[in-house]
Amino acid sequence: MINSLRRIIQTAATFVNNAYFGFFATNKIFQGQTKAVCAPGLNCYSCPASVLACPIGSLQVIMGSIRTSLQSARFHLGFYVVGFLGSIGMLVGRFPCGWLCPFGFMQELIHKIPSKKINIPPVTQYGKYVSLFGFVILLPLIITDEFGYGVTWFCKYICPTGTLEAGIPLMLIDKSLHRLIGTLYYYKLAILLLLLITMVFVRRPFCRAICPLGGFYSLFNKISILRMRHDPGKCVKCYQCLQDCPMHLKFPDGANQPNCIRCFKCRTSSCHHGAISIEFAGMAPSEKIAKEHAV
Amino acid sequence: MAFKEFRPYFLFLFFVFLLLLGINFQEYAAVLEKAIKICLSCVGIG
Repeated sequence: MINSLRRIIQTAATFVNNAYFGFFATNKIFQGQTKAVCAPGLNCYSCPASVLACPIGSLQVIMGSIRTSLQSARFHLGFYVVGFLGSIGMLVGRFPCGWLCPFGFMQELIHKIPSKKINIPPVTQYGKYVSLFGFVILLPLIITDEFGYGVTWFCKYICPTGTLEAGIPLMLIDKSLHRLIGTLYYYKLAILLLLLITMVFVRRPFCRAICPLGGFYSLFNKISILRMRHDPGKCVKCYQCLQDCPMHLKFPDGANQPNCIRCFKCRTSSCHHGAISIEFAGMAPSEKIAKEHAV
Repeated sequence: MAFKEFRPYFLFLFFVFLLLLGINFQEYAAVLEKAIKICLSCVGIG
């Protein structure tokens, strides 16, 4: 039931993020006011259909223009984006990764292609912090051009979402861009292709190893108001949760691991022993119902 | 009740405060300004 609901919400979120189809007629990206609002998931704002801003792209631009902002007495220090993402993170942790991110949804669908499934080493999970603190925050902040602006390092050199949602569609709808195809375009196509192939064999490889947005939300998993709970007394260590988890997590190793995307699949489908529960604001919904009945 | 139990709520309010501070400094305008223009090099073109 909840898995079907998640699929419906993931599909709806993908279309809500990319609701502008006027680009077929105009050959231009959406330019409405809603683009002042960040999407909770990773969705390129240069995608012709996108109606929201990418939080990672926005954060990089703000980091890259901090010097010039301060010189012109504007305090654009990233409060808006960090406050937005931090509020979500504190409330629900990585929940948006599991329910609202279009790129995460695509990875789950591609992984359904029948093939031999493999895992990636646990050490790769630290890659997303390199992306976040290195490519999204520090490099745009430190390395600037002669005018004081930093480059959007993650978008330019890594982000496969930008290639898939913007680079390729823009090439298809605007033939004048063809003359600009160069080494960078082929390099980014190669990264996308490599990841697409990896998605067939590995569960959500981008989310686990590269995504800076997932890295940001993961910092809140252990302290967020929505949390998972594990009861070792009821756990029989069958590891059915590991078989079903889209992030390949062993739930008994920790209830709120940084890679848990709160899809609740382990709670609703895997565990039949009641060892996994969900709590919000320190209260498990089932406990709350029991208390209400008691009153 | 210990401070630890209230910590998530304090942190949540702290980030909401940051968000409001960002709105006050009109950072959303900087986000909008960037989001409505195509950055070709950002998507691997050029």
